[in-house]
Amino acid sequence: MILIGERVNAGFKDIKQAVIDKDSKPIIDWTIRQVEAKSDYLDVCLGTASNKVEDLLWMIETVQEVTDVPICIDNNKIDMLIKAIPICKKPPLINSVVAIDERMDALFPIIEKYGASVICLVMDEQGSPKTLEKRLENAGRIFAKVMEYSIPPEHIFLDPIIMPLKFMQEQGKEILAATSQFKIFSDPPCHIVGGLTNVSNGAIHKKLINRVFATMLVANGLDALICDVTDTELIDSLLTAELILNKSIYADSYIEAFRK
Amino acid sequence: MKIPDVNEKWINKISEVTIGATRAQGGTRARTVTVGGGSTFPFLSFEGENPNKPVIAGYVTDDVSDLPDVVKNAIGNEINLPHEWAKKCVEEYGVDLISLKLLGAGPAKKDSSPAECAKIVESVLKAVDVPLIIWGCGDDEKDNLILPECSQAARGENCLIGSAKESNYKTLVAICKADKHKLIAEAPVDINLGKQMSILLSDAEFDLRDVIMFQSTAALGYGLDYVYTILERARISGLKGDKMMAVPQICDIASETWRVKEAAADEEALPGFGDVEKRGPLWEAVCAQVYIQSAADILILAHPLAIKTVKETIKRFFV
Repeated sequence: MILIGERVNAGFKDIKQAVIDKDSKPIIDWTIRQVEAKSDYLDVCLGTASNKVEDLLWMIETVQEVTDVPICIDNNKIDMLIKAIPICKKPPLINSVVAIDERMDALFPIIEKYGASVICLVMDEQGSPKTLEKRLENAGRIFAKVMEYSIPPEHIFLDPIIMPLKFMQEQGKEILAATSQFKIFSDPPCHIVGGLTNVSNGAIHKKLINRVFATMLVANGLDALICDVTDTELIDSLLTAELILNKSIYADSYIEAFRK
Repeated sequence: MKIPDVNEKWINKISEVTIGATRAQGGTRARTVTVGGGSTFPFLSFEGENPNKPVIAGYVTDDVSDLPDVVKNAIGNEINLPHEWAKKCVEEYGVDLISLKLLGAGPAKKDSSPAECAKIVESVLKAVDVPLIIWGCGDDEKDNLILPECSQAARGENCLIGSAKESNYKTLVAICKADKHKLIAEAPVDINLGKQMSILLSDAEFDLRDVIMFQSTAALGYGLDYVYTILERARISGLKGDKMMAVPQICDIASETWRVKEAAADEEALPGFGDVEKRGPLWEAVCAQVYIQSAADILILAHPLAIKTVKETIKRFFV
């Protein structure tokens, strides 16, 4: 399971304030907590705190002061990415691009050049897909484009676009069905990722909804997740789901082993 | 359109473990032996590296009562004295290290005392200058008595000591830490217990980089395919990033092969099976060659012909 820590995101009030004040402490604190929780990538998002590339670079550098865990640059502006990718210590994951040819043609050469990975959302000019068929069609468009470049499939993270249960209840089944079919687009397969927290947007039982949906996604083939990595019940559920799918080796102390 | 790269992309390396200590390192060995360190399976050099070839440990024990004549005859009189047998293993058979099994300490065997066992260890260390693997007799209670003394007798030599099981690992962790030896973690054909052993050892603050995994061994015809898949799965898991499984593996082929009638019994007992002088060592060599493919790093072998054959295999196929 590839865990992408979501917390260094200026969508959260404390991080937004930190970016405005240039106060590195909240960013460093969340970085350390998420690294200790075994993140594989750390999402870094400027959100609405700023539109200056200097601020994005400052956030990345602040995170990299305390860790070598690779960065997931949560930004889709090419001019910013061109400056941000080279300062990353390890090839980053770019979050994200959509299934629109011009956008992919602008970004993929950079992905190719730096050996980076990219989250590809299965949405297009018409916005977010509502059906399984539309999600698959867009995934097909993405892979047709990927094949024009020398980007290995394992650098592609397909995102079925997770939608809020409370407001779009009919989407859950479509997302799970799309997830289970995404693996057919390449061999070796690409990764399948989702922004988990979206599913519980506006709901009261957020953590419960997150972890039940997460295990259902994993059962359908999802292998990467942008989530609250410090939610131990969520992570324990994911570890258990992977055991049930025989993706990792059972040991009585499997939870403890993961946290070592 | 480019042809896609379908090589496996492993993300982890197996730990590298060095056995033995030279004079400069506080021991008396002429050389050390390093195993592990691979980033892919054996022979798949297009996918990654295997910086260290598999090694052969010469099987030596102080109680040969269970060994068949085909082994005894091939080795000769030296088989009755562990240090002479070890010397022959090194000088004539060219093994990389010695695996000394103190079977004589078994309560049903000679029931040798801890002091007697320590003396055997000392004599073997004196007779040969290669690194040493030291095993108890397999009886937990007795091993808890003999292994501390043997460990102390080999202090500073950076031996590999076995085997730590769920029932006795605390004693072994303590002596290996105190006398600076490496440790064999044993799980009897049980990959889940194998992983649990790694977790227990790291809980006991024993560095997993000093551990060799022993998933026990099966001879051809007696579950070799089953143990093969366990070794293979452990290695896949280690290469995929499971740190608890990313350790080198040892196979005790000699102990298992020479217990089975297909390898040990002569043609009179097994009509149609062919000459035991050829069949026996072939049985042992084939087991070793199979386990090499499933990513065994240390192979314990007894029959000189088997050692010769497997040495040749390693020489030819590990470039």
